[in-house]
Amino acid sequence: MTTDTPLTPAQRDNLRTVAGMIIPASVEFDVPGADDPAIQADMLATLGRDAGLVREALDQLARLAGAPLADLDPARREAVATELRAKGGAAVAALTRVVLQCYYRDDRVVRSLGLEPRPPYPKGYVLEDGDWSLLDPVRARPPMWRRA
Amino acid sequence: MNDPVDVLIIGAGASGAAVAWSLAETKMHILCLEQGGWMNPATYPSTGRDWEARAFGDFSPSPNIRARPEDYPINDDNSPIKVVNFNAVGGGTVMYTAHFPRLHPSDFRVRSLDGVAEDWPVDYDTLAPFFEENDRMMGVSGLAGDPGVPPRSPPMPPLPLGRSGTMLAKAMNRLGWHWWPSDTTVATVDYEGRARCINLGHCTPACAQGAKASTDITYWPVARRVGVELRTHCRVREITTNEHGMAAGVVYYDADGIEQFQAAEVVVLACNGVGTPRLLLNSASGRFPSGLANSSGLVGRNLMFHPYAQVYGYVDEATDSNRAPPTCLWSKEFYETDPSRGFVRGYTFQFGRGVGPVAEAAASEAKGLLPWGAGHHAAFRRLNGHRLGLSAICEDLPEEHNRVTLDPVLKDSNGIPAPRIDYRIGQNTARMMEHGIARAKEILAAANATDICVNSPILYGGWHLLGTARMGTDPARSVVNEWGRSHDVKNLFIVDGSLFVTSGGVNPTSTIQALALYIADQMKERLTNLFD
Repeated sequence: MTTDTPLTPAQRDNLRTVAGMIIPASVEFDVPGADDPAIQADMLATLGRDAGLVREALDQLARLAGAPLADLDPARREAVATELRAKGGAAVAALTRVVLQCYYRDDRVVRSLGLEPRPPYPKGYVLEDGDWSLLDPVRARPPMWRRA
Repeated sequence: MNDPVDVLIIGAGASGAAVAWSLAETKMHILCLEQGGWMNPATYPSTGRDWEARAFGDFSPSPNIRARPEDYPINDDNSPIKVVNFNAVGGGTVMYTAHFPRLHPSDFRVRSLDGVAEDWPVDYDTLAPFFEENDRMMGVSGLAGDPGVPPRSPPMPPLPLGRSGTMLAKAMNRLGWHWWPSDTTVATVDYEGRARCINLGHCTPACAQGAKASTDITYWPVARRVGVELRTHCRVREITTNEHGMAAGVVYYDADGIEQFQAAEVVVLACNGVGTPRLLLNSASGRFPSGLANSSGLVGRNLMFHPYAQVYGYVDEATDSNRAPPTCLWSKEFYETDPSRGFVRGYTFQFGRGVGPVAEAAASEAKGLLPWGAGHHAAFRRLNGHRLGLSAICEDLPEEHNRVTLDPVLKDSNGIPAPRIDYRIGQNTARMMEHGIARAKEILAAANATDICVNSPILYGGWHLLGTARMGTDPARSVVNEWGRSHDVKNLFIVDGSLFVTSGGVNPTSTIQALALYIADQMKERLTNLFD
């Protein structure tokens, strides 16, 4: 096991399958699923300190499935995923977060949300000033703090 | 062998920086030892596409998750609130949300006014000039005229209300409840070499723009220019004492892990409410068998966190989401004691603007709002960018069983015993949190928010580390006197949040720094008889 390939081929297959079950592709929203090759590559490249927990979750998944997840019939696959989510715990939470954090920074996905695919810095964002007359009734209140 | 120094400050965070700057005018040889290093804003999360993911890794607020070489582990298994901190030049101010309220005058008189805990040995009026001085040094943005707090004059205008602030303000007006734009150390105009805020929205895990005040970019540059020495990557193991029972200096590990001794005439502890008691307890000796400065037995006791009751929901309109500083307003409606509420003391509401897509997805998935499978996309689009929320920052009263001790097993990378936290939320605070949750739900209902979620307490919400070496006039009931000097060791001072007698119901950094400046001022006034 090297840091370049933190998961075994079987674990990678199950990760891809379960990621696609968590977030499937959508024609309606014109977005890929989380099993998309580029998003999968991002997950594998950036597992880092989450690798241990993700491996643990994938081991749980493998035990529940008893076979490669992709080989199960759809109903059984769904039942396995539901059971994994219901079991919860730190490992499953880490697996889910890794899927979500890589999915929701993919350029295609970010654009589909109406956002710009860029880091916040250096461009930043514009913040509306707002209507300061809303403060008028508060300004009219007497002091509320206790003198001591 | 290191040359002896006049003043040795341990910790370069909020309070250590303020003390160093204030004492610098004495022209004494002042040295600060900091276990962390200088941060590089070019590497802060908001500069990269993984800006949200890093909050779960190397920019996690929890030292146990973050686990940088500069961090020390903390056993907080026996606490419903986990300790969060940051170890670097700037300390916790590198990783804070920059909310900058002050304690209220009533917070210093809790026994006299409300019959609980103990009064402080100092009062608001005594600290007032130091609050002002600190506001100027840190650079505070805000709006004068708030009827909820004593008069003050923030040097910069407030942050914009934005969409989220406007929605929340309208809701508060519908209820007839107090709100006001928060005081914050986010610069709204160019200020003392700092560029104004450009709404990176990612203030808490360090500001790449430098608009948020952290002491590495406020106090430290000035203090170093006037001669204060700052030695980084130096982790202090213990304070040693001499035959007279005075602090002689410290033993520390340098950047190469080499054990060093640094002699000093005065030692100032600025390590926060967990690090300071840890160091005092690790400095036990034959003369001080229960830890240094601990004749009262109170070192490490009375730990206060401010339990946060967070409530949020979702509105139809788009909020500011992550595209603005996360806090916008505060409310003092429930701050001062009202016995009809079923508890004494009170809380501040701190209003948020929203979160980014990854934070939203992770939180909503965990709450069961975001399904796996076909319904995922539609559900996420209804949630993302529509969150509106607030937190009740509840006053924690001092209870001696809430404490910091030394873990018998856990050690840091230098082999120094790590702190252990034993903490539970008191009954008065628990009632306060329930009250805050109920009122927050009313506010969100007035804002037409639905799908209400509650996090109470916020698990990784132990930002405010207070009370573990408190100040007082009675050596049997306090660790340091009314100007921060140890009752037991006459050349040992404490200037961080450990000093707090009670917690108030506000973020404490402003008050911590005002206290540090006050203590430094007292030291300067008493230089000729500092040890009498």
